[in-house]
Amino acid sequence: MPWHILALALKEFRALLRDPRSRIVLIGPPIAQLIVFGYAATFDLNHVPVAIYDEDAGGAGRELIARVAGSPHFEVVARLTREAGIAPLIDDKAVLLVLHLGPRFSADLQRGASAPLQAILDGRNSNTAMLALSYLRTILLDFNRDWAARHGRPAPPAVLQMRAWYNADLDSHWFIIPGIVGLLTLVVTLVVTALSVAREREQGTFDQLLVTPLRPVEILIGKALPGMVIGTLEATFIIVLAVLWFGIPLRGDPGALYAGLSLFLLSAVGIGLMISAIAVTQQQAVLGAFLFLVPAVILSGFATPIANMPEVVQWITYLDPLRYFLIVVRGVFLEGDGYALLLDQYWPMAIIGGLSLATAGWLFRHRMY
Amino acid sequence: MAAAALTLDGVRKGFTRGGRRVSALDGVSIAVRPGRVTGLIGPDGAGKTTLMRLAAGILGPDAGRIEVLGIDVAEDPLAVQSAVGYMPQRFGLYEDLSVQENLDLYADLQGVPRAARRARYDELMRMTGLAPFTRRLAGRLSGGMKQKLGLACTLVRPPRLLLLDEPTVGVDPVSRRELWAIVYAQVREAGMTVLLSTAYLDEAARCAEVILLHQGRVLGQEAPAAFSGPLAGRTFEMRVEGIPARRLQARLADVAGIVDALVAGDRVRIVTAPGFVPDPARLLPDHPEARLQPVPPDFEDAFIARLKDHDGHHRPPPQVTVKVSGSAGDEVIRVEGLERRFGDFRAVKGISFRVRRGEIFGLLGANGAGKTTTFRMLCGLLPASGGELAVAGHDLRRSGAQARARIGYMAQRFSLYANLTVMQNLAFFAAAYGLRRQRRRERLRWALEGFELGAYRDVNAGLLPLGYKQRLAFAAALMHQPEILFLDEPTSGVDPLARREFWARTNALAEAGVTALVTTHFMEEANYCDRLVIMAEGEILAAGRPYEIRQRARTVENPEPTMEDAFIALVQGREAAS
Repeated sequence: MPWHILALALKEFRALLRDPRSRIVLIGPPIAQLIVFGYAATFDLNHVPVAIYDEDAGGAGRELIARVAGSPHFEVVARLTREAGIAPLIDDKAVLLVLHLGPRFSADLQRGASAPLQAILDGRNSNTAMLALSYLRTILLDFNRDWAARHGRPAPPAVLQMRAWYNADLDSHWFIIPGIVGLLTLVVTLVVTALSVAREREQGTFDQLLVTPLRPVEILIGKALPGMVIGTLEATFIIVLAVLWFGIPLRGDPGALYAGLSLFLLSAVGIGLMISAIAVTQQQAVLGAFLFLVPAVILSGFATPIANMPEVVQWITYLDPLRYFLIVVRGVFLEGDGYALLLDQYWPMAIIGGLSLATAGWLFRHRMY
Repeated sequence: MAAAALTLDGVRKGFTRGGRRVSALDGVSIAVRPGRVTGLIGPDGAGKTTLMRLAAGILGPDAGRIEVLGIDVAEDPLAVQSAVGYMPQRFGLYEDLSVQENLDLYADLQGVPRAARRARYDELMRMTGLAPFTRRLAGRLSGGMKQKLGLACTLVRPPRLLLLDEPTVGVDPVSRRELWAIVYAQVREAGMTVLLSTAYLDEAARCAEVILLHQGRVLGQEAPAAFSGPLAGRTFEMRVEGIPARRLQARLADVAGIVDALVAGDRVRIVTAPGFVPDPARLLPDHPEARLQPVPPDFEDAFIARLKDHDGHHRPPPQVTVKVSGSAGDEVIRVEGLERRFGDFRAVKGISFRVRRGEIFGLLGANGAGKTTTFRMLCGLLPASGGELAVAGHDLRRSGAQARARIGYMAQRFSLYANLTVMQNLAFFAAAYGLRRQRRRERLRWALEGFELGAYRDVNAGLLPLGYKQRLAFAAALMHQPEILFLDEPTSGVDPLARREFWARTNALAEAGVTALVTTHFMEEANYCDRLVIMAEGEILAAGRPYEIRQRARTVENPEPTMEDAFIALVQGREAAS
């Protein structure tokens, strides 16, 4: 690589690392987001507060209640003695679910009849209510099967034998944490590159740079390099933590992951420099970066599946480089995908990167202010 | 004698900057007398702004005692702040508020009773000439108008002591005169006491008394005339047929016994050391006809002589070598019908001029005259809307990197990397211009030594004193030995000593065949140019040699007009015509 481009990249690194505020941008968000996503954000429900209204007091009822209380998903926080106690608990969000065993629950079971059981749910957050209900169903299913076996009853006619591939325990961390590799790398790379040209415009140094014999394409490379290097380091940091700290399996070829990462970074750097070339001040650049980031994350499939989105919105997701990279990173981590399987994710990122970089380079000299 | 309006007694103040302790004021004792204008002058970093802020009660001193209007600042800073009007260098106007709203805001902040406002507003608007613009947004006023509005806001409630920190920097000559008129009217009519810091020495000469500050110490406090007293019989002007003033100045500046040599139009003004009797025959043996004309000393002579006494003699600027292709007198820059529009607004209205090799060519005009726009088009930073331009035969906007390697550019504001050290900045620009190995080392050494930056090698560029920032920017622009130099307001905000140093370097470059295009709003700097154009509102008002332009303003009352007189006459002539 020509010496003067290296000098420009070196200058970019220095400008970035010698400025205390930029250093914080590099170190703060990764750690904060890892903590937030690694620990706080999970789709699994744990310790759902539950109240038991047991009118039965029989042995079968006690066994079922013990199973609920022993589950890591539920925590029994109240025991009711009258029906009027249900409403206040749900209204105050003290419990999410009230399990009601009627007076004849154990007796019916002993008789061999089927015993109805009532679950009252707080349906205000439908997603959570459905999850809690499905946990309860699983417990009930186990209970039924065991009861049948112990009492010599015929087993239920059809039994579901479930096995989750790629994530045997259905631990949602396995889904979320590889996604953070993409999310965090995007945030840091975008902010770093979005600030780079805007900082120079704000300080008046960009003109000084443009009158040197450096060509716009050389300035572009010099400005893109630090973003690529920093993005790669950030991503590596999170990948290492994901494997060693969070225990997520890295099943595929790291080479395929890094191939995807470099194309993803290319597009992130391109978009960052494009924003930077348009912005006049650093403030505008940061605003612009977040204006891109929020939809990019929502449309990427990071949290909600793209297949659930309306069709028109699904088309827009094809413009989002994070969409492709999330498939790459999850594919390599959980499925063990290799190069060949990921090819269809690689080329759209390459195109987005190439186009955005070209636009940024053009804007360097043609942006008026 | 009445009690002083402002007294400083043994005041010290220091700051920590980038890990080192810098002393801004080092035992300053002064007394500002009431009811008159006192000027505070000194080079950059002398401590002028610190002194102003201490007097306004915004900063507290490390040691010493400050008394404002009989109040001890340390005991009751709030009482001081309400009795004092302070206008900082960059006054806090709200650019998105109108002129009237800004006034209202400051009237509210200063607790001016509503009943008293109308009359005060009318008076201020009349004085500042802003009455027709009360509804205009402050951000859309010209530089001079903004400054007048800032002054009006400071004066909304007439303070007993008015502190003005460099109120006229970057302001066009017409507005400058108006600002002074307002200040003097306050002193005359309201008996206000004014302390004003300035970088313009002609302004200092108008003050009743001048305090000269240097490196945090007071070098003197006297009437301006008294400063120049010791220089009687030591100031001369010299003009020699056949030697351009610039070259003559360069020759004379190196003579032992000559304290200062300055180009003044087509002549050179010299100040000699005490007891040195200059003999033209000895100074210029090859020009027996040379004559020295004794002239009365002025304030600037005294200022420079005193600072140089204090600092010792400055070293001559470094030797500059450039590979200049072609011969002197070739046309290097050609501008023909150049135009630039921003929407409906025509910032540059079809101007034409030519610059020849080895010339120092000036673009003179107030802020907003279109100088910088013209400049940016020439450097290829902005496309022209119409007309033609060529720099060394190229349109820099379209031509390749090789053409850009032949120019050096110094932007209006300090535009190097503030959080990189001096050395890192220089090394980066050396690399950007493709200097390598031996040549790179040579040029870096040249820059550090020639611009006396060695002591600041590892200091962040943003923390340098202003004069050193300017040296660094100049050094960076010269790293690759360009043959054409673009200098946009190179001396803005720089003190007189640094300004001289800058011009000495530029002169040496021009002598070596470098072409320099310089913009400036310092009218007197036009004298350093070989030729210049005066711009106003995107048009060229006058073009020619400095002497010719000044001659146009010659009248019976003013047989020796200054460049500023000429500029004002041109602007007024234009307004009268339209």
